[in-house]
Formats: sequence, C-alpha cells, structure tokens
Amino acid sequence: MRVGRKIFLGLVGLYFAIPLVATGVFSLWQGGNRYGFDGYAALLHQDELWSSLLLSFELAVETVLLSLAILVPAIFWMHLKLPRLKAFFDVISALPFVIPPIVLVAGMSAFYKGPEWLVSTPHYLVIPYVVMALPYTYRTLDVGLGALDIKTLSEAAQSLGAGWGTLIFRVILPNLTTALVGAALLTIAIAMGEFTFANILLFKTFAVFIAFIGQSYPTEAAALTLLSFLITWAAMMGVLLSGRERAEIGGTR
Amino acid sequence: MRRSSGQGWRSLVLPAIFIGPLILFVLSFLILPALQLLLSAFSDETGHFTLSYLEGLADSGAAFENSILLSGASALLGTIVGGITAYLVCSGENSARSFVRAFSAVAANFAGVPLAFAFVATLGSLGMITLWFKQAGLDIYRLGFSLYGLPGLILVYAYFQIPLMLIVITPAIEGLRKEWREAAEGLGATPLQYWRMVGLPILMPSLASAFVLLFGNAFSAYATPYALTSGALSLVPIEISNVLSGNVMLAPQTGAALAIGMIVVMGLVMLFHLLASRRLKRWTGR
Repeated sequence: MRVGRKIFLGLVGLYFAIPLVATGVFSLWQGGNRYGFDGYAALLHQDELWSSLLLSFELAVETVLLSLAILVPAIFWMHLKLPRLKAFFDVISALPFVIPPIVLVAGMSAFYKGPEWLVSTPHYLVIPYVVMALPYTYRTLDVGLGALDIKTLSEAAQSLGAGWGTLIFRVILPNLTTALVGAALLTIAIAMGEFTFANILLFKTFAVFIAFIGQSYPTEAAALTLLSFLITWAAMMGVLLSGRERAEIGGTR
Repeated sequence: MRRSSGQGWRSLVLPAIFIGPLILFVLSFLILPALQLLLSAFSDETGHFTLSYLEGLADSGAAFENSILLSGASALLGTIVGGITAYLVCSGENSARSFVRAFSAVAANFAGVPLAFAFVATLGSLGMITLWFKQAGLDIYRLGFSLYGLPGLILVYAYFQIPLMLIVITPAIEGLRKEWREAAEGLGATPLQYWRMVGLPILMPSLASAFVLLFGNAFSAYATPYALTSGALSLVPIEISNVLSGNVMLAPQTGAALAIGMIVVMGLVMLFHLLASRRLKRWTGR
C-alpha cells in the first residue's frame, strides 16, 4: 500500500513536471546539439512582445476596475438591504458558465456591430473579460462582504454623519482589502491569459502573440510559455496568500 | 407630504444606483447577445421563422460527438486520477498538502495556448519525450499516437482537469470522518468493503457534481484545442470559431445554431451540478 501510493503520486508528479521541464529545455534549444539563450535574446528585440504584454496588462487592470465598480456597490446593497436578491445574483454570476466565451463572442459580434469607437479598439475586450471573471469576482466579494458586519458598520458611519460615498470609500473598502486583492489577482490571471475573444475579434494580446509566434518560432514560444506559467504562478500565489479562500479555475481554456 | 414623496423617490433611486449597473451590464453583454443567437438560429435570411438551421445541426454531429467524447474521457480521467491523488495527499503530511494545493491552483489556471505549447515541446513531433523514445527505437508517431488528435487532447486536458478535481473534491474528502472508517474496520470490513459500502457512497454526490463540472470545463475549452490543432479537429467551439472567422462557407445562422446547442449542453451540465450539490446539502446538512 505504501509503495503503491508512492508510485501513484510519483507518476502524477512526473506527468505535471515533465511538460514544464521539456518546455524549459526546448526554449534553450538552438538547433542540433547546441543550447543557449538565443531564443530569449531574440524575444527581447520583438517589439510586438512588449506591446502585446503591455496591452494585456492594461486590459487586466481595466477589467479589475470595471468589475469592482459594478460589483462592489451591488453586492454591498444586497447584503445591507436586500438579502432576498442573493439567489438572483447567484444565478446571474453562474451564467458565464452556461454561456462560454466562444458562445458569448458569437453573440456579441452578432448583437454589437458598433459603435465604431467602441468595437474597433482593443479596450472593447474589457467588457467580455468582466463577464468571464464575474463568477470568481462575485464569489470572492460576496464572501468578503458577507464576513463583515455591514449593518453595524453602516449605521455607525451614518450616525456619525457619513454619506454613502464616505461609507463605501472610507469604511467598507478598507475593511475589504483581502477580498479586493483576491478578486483583482484572479481577474488579472484570467485577463492576462485570455485568448478566445482576442483571437476572434483580431486584437493582438499576449496570448494571441504567443500563438502567433509559435507558428514560426517554436523556441521563442517555449520561452513565452514559461513566462506565462510564471505570471500564473505569481497571481495564484498572491491569491493564496491574500486570503484563505480557494484559488479556483480561471477562464482561459 | 413633501417629505414622504421625496423618500418614495429616493427609495427607488438608491437601489438603482447601487444595483442598476450590474443588472444593466449583465443584461446588455450577456443576456441580450445570447437572445440574439437564439433569434438568429431560428430565422432565415428574410427574418422568417425556420427550423432548418437547427435541423442542420445534424450535419455537425461529428463535432458534438468529438466534443462529448473528449470532455467525457478527460473528465473521467480527471475525476479518477484527481480523486485518488486528493485522497492520498489528504492523508499525507501537511507540507505536501500545501504544496499540492498551491500547485493545483496554478495548474488549473495554466491552460490555453501556453499549455498547448508546453505539450508540443514534450510530445509534439519534435518534443523531448518523442525524441527520447525515438532514440530508444520507438517512433510513437509511427505507432499511431498523435498529440493533435483526440487521444493527445485528452492527455493535454488532463493537465487542467486533474488539478481542478483536486481543488473541487478536497473539501469532500476532508469531510470523510476517521470514525466511519474505524467503525467499519471494527465491524470487520476490509479496505475494499469500506470503500465500496461506506466511502464511495458518501462521496458519490460530490464525485458526480465534480465530474459534470469537469465535463463542462472541457466542453467549453477553445484556446487549447485551437492552438494544438489550428482548427483542424472538429469540436463544437472550433466549429463556431470557424464560422465566425469565415474559414468555412457557412451561414452565420449555422454558427448561432451551434452556439445554441452548446448553451443547451452547458445548461444541462449546470442543472445536474446544482441538483447534485443540493442533494449533497440535504445529505450533509451543510
């Protein structure tokens, strides 16, 4: 039993380690038996790498901001005044599972042909990214706000003369840091790796760039794969460290 | 009088400000686009009602078959391997547990294009393992293996399915009480009997709901198969994207019909998942 258990775990471990090692080896390959950092050096001179990485990062930050801006007030109000809404919000936040990215992009491109200033800029992607992140952001914030004694905090703040703005920005948000950081990191991980929308709507984000470079430069693609793994790793470590909630599935499959 | 009408007005404005944006957003960017798909799947060029596109889904039978096969097989693999791993890790040391927890969070999120390339570097036609086997005199591509077909994709999908299973099932396995096992053993049960008559029946609702979650997870995957097969293998998400990018000469309505088919499958997955977790709640009183 002990031996069987070690063998099983060992095989599973190998299955997860080998692709990472192989990618590392492959990224150093320079043809024949030569190995070195040529692939990495070549990447540094790819302007598109930096522009796509920057674009993805910008989109990720905007996605975080928009998600928080529409979710925090709604979930706050639900906990404070309308707990009956919870069932309804739970359903809404699960909808992106039922309508997966490839279906949503089909629907959005059928429904929104314009306006030009919106659909022709890559920042349009922020909208579907917020939708894709919704199940995770909603749950993280719901748990975070549920753990606060919102009623007491609100009554205390308001009895001292605080308006809604003061209440939210100076009382609720500072008490919600853990949930905010968790939601933000999950969203960043999702947005940084997102491929479906960007590929179909023809915007060159980081993931689209990796796919593009993989068609002609396999060693560079391997190097970027490792970079992408590191980004995911950093984001998830942040999520795990920022709170006790489980770091769950993203949306980049 | 004035005061109360002012309050009536305010009682509507405040909720609208707080909740309105979320509801408007979901309505505009999730519900309406989905309804648009429903509408166009059921109407012909002139806008009249037709069932022909939905009936045309029969031509895409292969895509649905492949997708269901791939999702089912990778979900089964993930459920079994992930479930056993979760059990072994749960009964192991604490340091191993937190490492596995951290790694599964990363691996479950490490999918799409980078995952596809990691496997190309491993088992592609020039991959490390492929070349090793070749040096040992074993050409796995000659033997019929291909990373770019269904068996290859199942192997790749397992890379995010197993960690997802670990994340989802661990709470249920931690909920298995030691006393139950001791009681069974005290009554003379062998480990096999314990699992068959106590452990598995208790875990069954969790396992079933995890399985359908994994199924849906694989069914909606697009980036991974696209990066691996460049759209050559017929899967439902790939077919939808082929219609959208104009790679095939098909009416947009066909794409809409495929998308509706996908919503139906994912809706069933979600329903089953909810039923299983409701049963679980009743069972455990949680």
